Amino acid sequence: MDRIPILKLRGLLLVTIQVDMHDRLAMQLQDELTARISETGARGVLIDISSLDIVDSFIGRMIANIAAMARVLDAQTVVVGMQPAVAITLVELGLTLPGVRTALNVDKGMALLEAPAHGIADQYAPDAHTSD
Amino acid sequence: MLTLRSASDVVVVRQTVRTWAIEAGFTLVDQTKMVTAASELARNTVDYGGGGTARLELLVDGARRGLRVAFEDHGPGIADVAKALSDHYTTGNGLGLGLGGAKRLVNEFDISSRVGEGTRVVITRWK
Repeated sequence: MDRIPILKLRGLLLVTIQVDMHDRLAMQLQDELTARISETGARGVLIDISSLDIVDSFIGRMIANIAAMARVLDAQTVVVGMQPAVAITLVELGLTLPGVRTALNVDKGMALLEAPAHGIADQYAPDAHTSD
Repeated sequence: MLTLRSASDVVVVRQTVRTWAIEAGFTLVDQTKMVTAASELARNTVDYGGGGTARLELLVDGARRGLRVAFEDHGPGIADVAKALSDHYTTGNGLGLGLGGAKRLVNEFDISSRVGEGTRVVITRWK
């Protein structure tokens, strides 16, 4: 059975999606990734989608779910390597991936995740500022 | 004609539509839009229509070339098509962008549905 490998790299988890994901595989990745975050205490997740030639609403929802679950587990998610044609199509489809950070490539994504936590939190997690 | 019964059939539809879109001379962006629209509708056929078929057709209209894909199922049908086409309408666990989103990605979009009989959606994109 297909499986998407999850690599641990300098305290981050790196997932490179290289197959044409069918829906069950996407759900399985969601489960495995959240389990790995909890096991390893990783503070960041990089999802490399440079090999994906489409992102439809199902895959988009899976990515948004992973980011939301990771956030609850105290990890930040960055999606890297989206192909330009995929980006154009996503916006036209109406999918804007709110709450999901993106970077052009793995290097830039890692730099974003390794930046001081304050900058990231201030910029991307407005709900962190709600007063008690 | 392709049979749509499971999630892996959705992948086969995506791959086949990609091949045909290349054959029709579509640009990469146009290929991506057509494949994405087909992916949404193929999933609807499997998840909500209880399975069905996808039929592909290369179109030639003078110098124009296009690709048409017809999705058909004999599932429960859609009671309110206009509502189903609106964004964020969902009966399942998607984002509710499936039908309306697919419509925005193509040049022509036809839907007919009868409750208890099934649904047919035809999308066309021209080069």
